[in-house]
Amino acid sequence: MQQVFKRPTSLKDVQTHFCPGCHHGTIHRLVAEALDEFGLQKETIGIASIGCSVFLYYYFDIDVIETPHGRAPAVATGVKRARPDRFVFTYQGDGDLAAIGTAEIIHAANRGEHISVIFVNNTTYGMTGGQMAPTTLLGQKTSTSPYGRKPQVEGYPIRMAELLSGLDGVAFSARAAVNSPKNLMDAKKQIRKAFRYQVEGKGFSFVEVLAACPTNWGMNPIEANERVGREMCEFFKLGTFKNTAEL
Amino acid sequence: MAKRLLVRGNEAICRGAIEAGCRFYFGYPITPQNDIPEYMSREMPKLNGVFIQAESEIASVNMVMGAAATGARAMTSSSSPGISLKMEAISYMAGMELPCLIVNISRSGPGLGGIDASQGDYFQAVKGGGHGGYHIIVLAPASIQEMYDLAMLAFDLAEIYRTPVMILGDSVVGQMKEPLVPHPRPHRELPAKDWALRGKGDGEQRFIKSLYLGDGELEAHNWKLDAKYREMKARETRWEDFQTSDADLIVTGFGSAARIAKTAVMMAREEGLKVGLLRPVTLFPFPSAAFAERTARCKKVLDVELNTGQMVEDVRLSVARDAEVYFYGRPSGTGSLPTPEEILGQIKKYY
Ligand SMILES: Cc1ncc(C[n+]2csc(CCOP(=O)(O)OP(=O)(O)O)c2C)c(N)n1
Ligand code: SF4
Repeated sequence: MQQVFKRPTSLKDVQTHFCPGCHHGTIHRLVAEALDEFGLQKETIGIASIGCSVFLYYYFDIDVIETPHGRAPAVATGVKRARPDRFVFTYQGDGDLAAIGTAEIIHAANRGEHISVIFVNNTTYGMTGGQMAPTTLLGQKTSTSPYGRKPQVEGYPIRMAELLSGLDGVAFSARAAVNSPKNLMDAKKQIRKAFRYQVEGKGFSFVEVLAACPTNWGMNPIEANERVGREMCEFFKLGTFKNTAEL
Repeated sequence: MAKRLLVRGNEAICRGAIEAGCRFYFGYPITPQNDIPEYMSREMPKLNGVFIQAESEIASVNMVMGAAATGARAMTSSSSPGISLKMEAISYMAGMELPCLIVNISRSGPGLGGIDASQGDYFQAVKGGGHGGYHIIVLAPASIQEMYDLAMLAFDLAEIYRTPVMILGDSVVGQMKEPLVPHPRPHRELPAKDWALRGKGDGEQRFIKSLYLGDGELEAHNWKLDAKYREMKARETRWEDFQTSDADLIVTGFGSAARIAKTAVMMAREEGLKVGLLRPVTLFPFPSAAFAERTARCKKVLDVELNTGQMVEDVRLSVARDAEVYFYGRPSGTGSLPTPEEILGQIKKYY
């Protein structure tokens, strides 16, 4: 019998701590599959950030460094400059990347660092209990925007994939989602493309992945999954915003 | 005879770091240390090294973290407000046990303060600075030669103890020119870097972190760090002793204040006063035993600092119980640098 579905070797055979219906686990899997496909497991240094994905090293069977909140792109810069022959990716949430770490992501991107960034946008701060994130949608209630996000008070949700695509240092920028089989397959392709950019020495690559956080949205996994397609994809358009090498 | 160079302190640090094999420099401009990034931006490309002017002090120290995690010798430099910004990452690296060099050519404060020589950052450097109760080795050069030698030593100590090391200087030792005799890095046995990230290859996964949530894990990690601090205290204290053996009064101080104090001590000796100088070179670990030994006989210590009294707390904790510790200091600011005559006056007051 032919085995058609198995755990990627870059992932460990352990249970994750993610809540039921959380998309972090799915995105971990896509990243691990891409690492496997390019045969990168043995030469990868993963850069974990602070948020629900902090335990990257417990789930991925690769070398990993855990970094201060928001600073993953700076740490990745140091790692990649010291070991240009290694594959380096960061995995960051929206609080990490689009709030406290805005300077680090913009400048790593603008320098055109040869790294890949996986940006998980779940419109909230998962780990700290569902506070407002820079990506929180207008009207969305969070534990620190209890009346719903109002532009006059809290400003607007920020579209990182588009914003970064405007920088000359960025070679590839895309947004994907994992809420449906079709979107999931597209997400896999975008992550693979992003990794190809680095493998082929073609520059900085960025993939934003829309994700569900059922726990902090106060939804069950099915409702949360539906919200990604219904509300998030509406504001955060899926697609490729920059693809300089036309991969 | 070995070749002598006439260089500034800031350049001496760069030359020492390069001789020590440092090929990764990450920084951000701030006076009075700009000649360090400027020198490194010229030299690193010639050595196939990396120089990055980062977007901030925060980013630069985190780049150091990344390079250091691969086992490379990496450094950053800044001055007081910039060092404050680096503190979170320094705490992380203390917890992650990552070796690196951080140079603080400090300036006066608080806040934006000024650019004059100051020793207002002693507490920040020695007592943690960042959060969580850690220590790093802190070296305080008082001459250009020492800027060079200590930069070299810093990288070895950092690797032996797997810790960030700080050089704490100021604009006097940073900007002043003095002869420097360059020399090859002394040979020292260094531990294997079996922790460095390299891509797992066919080996076991490695990871570097500072988060410990399991029952008892973090306490055990902290006891391990504490044991390391005790080992540093037992083995790595360094100081300069200048004519303390027959002294009736010992002057102490670190860095540039100690330079000025040394001139005052020599003036006092010329007048026939039995005065010596004990200058801590390591601020952490503090050379407590050197103070205890000397104050078993000599009962008067005068501490001189460019602040209103910081190191003096460690001096008081170190001296014999019946010794008197006097303090003379002026907080930083233009025109506040004490003269040797001023310190001689203090010596005579307490002698
Ligand atoms: C300097 C600092 N500030 C704040 C925190 C607390 N903190 C931990 S995770 C986090 C936000 C995580 O949200 P996000 O990046 O969106 O990731 P998620 O948990 O949603 O995956 C915050 C604010 C911290 N660890 N360090
Ligand atoms: S809190 Fe949200 S982001 Fe974090 S594990 Fe749970 S569902 Fe996932």
